[in-house]
Amino acid sequence: MNPFNLSVSELALKANNIRQDIIQMLLEAKSGHSAGPLGMADIFSALYFSVLQHEPSDPTWSGRDRLVLSCGHICPVLYASLAEAGYFPKDELQTLRKLGTRLHGHPHNLALPGLETSSGPLAQGTSQAVGMALALSMNHARQRVYLVMSDGEQDEGQTWEAVMFAGSRKLHNITAIIDRNNIQIDGYTEDIMPLEDLVAKYKAFNWHVLEIDGHNMQAIIDACNEAKTIFERPTVIIAHTIPGRGVDFMEGDYKWHGGAVGTGVPNKEQATEALHELRTLRGQIRGEHE
Amino acid sequence: MLKLNSKIGQEDIEQEPTRSGYGEGVVELGQENQNVVVLTADLRDSTKVGEFAKMFPERFVECGVAEQNMMGIAAGLALAGKVSFVSSYATFSPGRSWDQLRVSVCYSQANVKVIGCHTGVSVGPDGATHQALEDIAITRVLPNLTVVVPCDSVQAKQATLAIGRLKGPAYLRLTREATPVMTTQETSYELGKAQIFREGTDVVIIGSGPVLYNGILAALELEKQGISVMVVNNHTIKPIDTETIINAAKKCGAVVTLEEHQVMGGAGSAVCEVLAKNFPVPVEMVGVQDHFGESGEPEELIEKFGMGKERIIQAIKKVLSRKGR
Repeated sequence: MNPFNLSVSELALKANNIRQDIIQMLLEAKSGHSAGPLGMADIFSALYFSVLQHEPSDPTWSGRDRLVLSCGHICPVLYASLAEAGYFPKDELQTLRKLGTRLHGHPHNLALPGLETSSGPLAQGTSQAVGMALALSMNHARQRVYLVMSDGEQDEGQTWEAVMFAGSRKLHNITAIIDRNNIQIDGYTEDIMPLEDLVAKYKAFNWHVLEIDGHNMQAIIDACNEAKTIFERPTVIIAHTIPGRGVDFMEGDYKWHGGAVGTGVPNKEQATEALHELRTLRGQIRGEHE
Repeated sequence: MLKLNSKIGQEDIEQEPTRSGYGEGVVELGQENQNVVVLTADLRDSTKVGEFAKMFPERFVECGVAEQNMMGIAAGLALAGKVSFVSSYATFSPGRSWDQLRVSVCYSQANVKVIGCHTGVSVGPDGATHQALEDIAITRVLPNLTVVVPCDSVQAKQATLAIGRLKGPAYLRLTREATPVMTTQETSYELGKAQIFREGTDVVIIGSGPVLYNGILAALELEKQGISVMVVNNHTIKPIDTETIINAAKKCGAVVTLEEHQVMGGAGSAVCEVLAKNFPVPVEMVGVQDHFGESGEPEELIEKFGMGKERIIQAIKKVLSRKGR
């Protein structure tokens, strides 16, 4: 049972809060990645506030589901979600990437409560999620492993080694979610290293494959529920997302992926504009300071 | 006084590969701790984990030929409470899987034990691709990782048990060929504590792995010429036993390091780091001198790449001449 169990409309508001946290963190940090975290805010809201069994006051509770973020570079969305859920004080979000912080540029499992793994080098999380799922199944435990991958990291050979293993062992306690936002650092995925037909590839590796709109809360929840009913295969949810979602000038542009220091994060004016857009729900309501 | 095999230096000394000691040790650990799991990448029998697989099939994970994924799965298992033993050839693991060892295992302090078999030129006919000569260098540079190089099969079993009971990442370096069993069941063993195999006063050989036997043979021969050679078995490269190394250097005033590994970055380098900082003395380094291996019989390759008894004697005489200056 999720400790928050928010409704779909409450999850949308929570996602909006997470997006505002992300903009403020990146403005303060002056480096990092913008598009991926914003694009995954709806999914992370759904996971932490509806789907996952977890207990923020007891991060290592043995009954928890495991959330493994394999694409560590989108960690601002993970940090913001953990803070919103109460794993650590929200003020600490402003320390992202600064000396002495627990919020490293890429996640370190021993630094901060709620982090299951260290990640950064792509595809490593996938193998670790498979190992955790294997351990849970050896122990006849009922918890699930939720694995978040980027689409760019499907380029890595290790991803497919792990996918092949999980399919062969019928590890049905894995729910993988691919952030299919079609961008990577150097450009659009289909220009850099085409991934399609991704559905057919996962099916060929004996996975149950779902495709959803990654900004549709009900669809996210339904897909996670469906995954729990599949017993002969691991499930992958290919979530079609808009990179930079929620901030008009970032949406769909790979230049906001981020990578090199100082690129792909908003400056003061851009952050102000982005926060205004988020707080007013794109001009539908008036901002609190207007 | 350390109890060693009384047949050291004799033709009929027992010979066994270090990997066999690992195979026995991991079975014992499996009996002792039901969280112990063993993974391999299509090398079950040559890494000697067939017995474990037979006894504990539900705790044996065959990964196929995929070392990077194997290291990651091992980390995931460990982060969920298991003690993972990753068994492969060192050229592949930690060779191919170094990035996964670095981040998924060492940075995260996952309780994973990496077992690198088939190290050194003594792998023999398989040739350079399968002869790991860099594994000590690439492992000892990683924070949180214990690095162990047992000298024989008995010690390999003791070391397996020791790292299995240790909480945290470890690397165990093993070999393919049967080599002299220098220690006995009664030889006490402690991780991080180098062993004095032989006392001496003129020069000390500080060596790691089965090739140390050639160092003992050199010491026995030089004794006839009136040269007193101390022999230290430096089986734990990290954390290194600084005290024993410094004391040996103080006593003898000259050091020869010995390993079946590149001299750059290996066990000898680790010894030199200790000496340079604490008690600099002349050092000669015996090992592979910036070359790849090649095919051949193990003993031929040991000679060709300069780790045989005669080459060690030359190194000792050279370091003694430098000491005299």
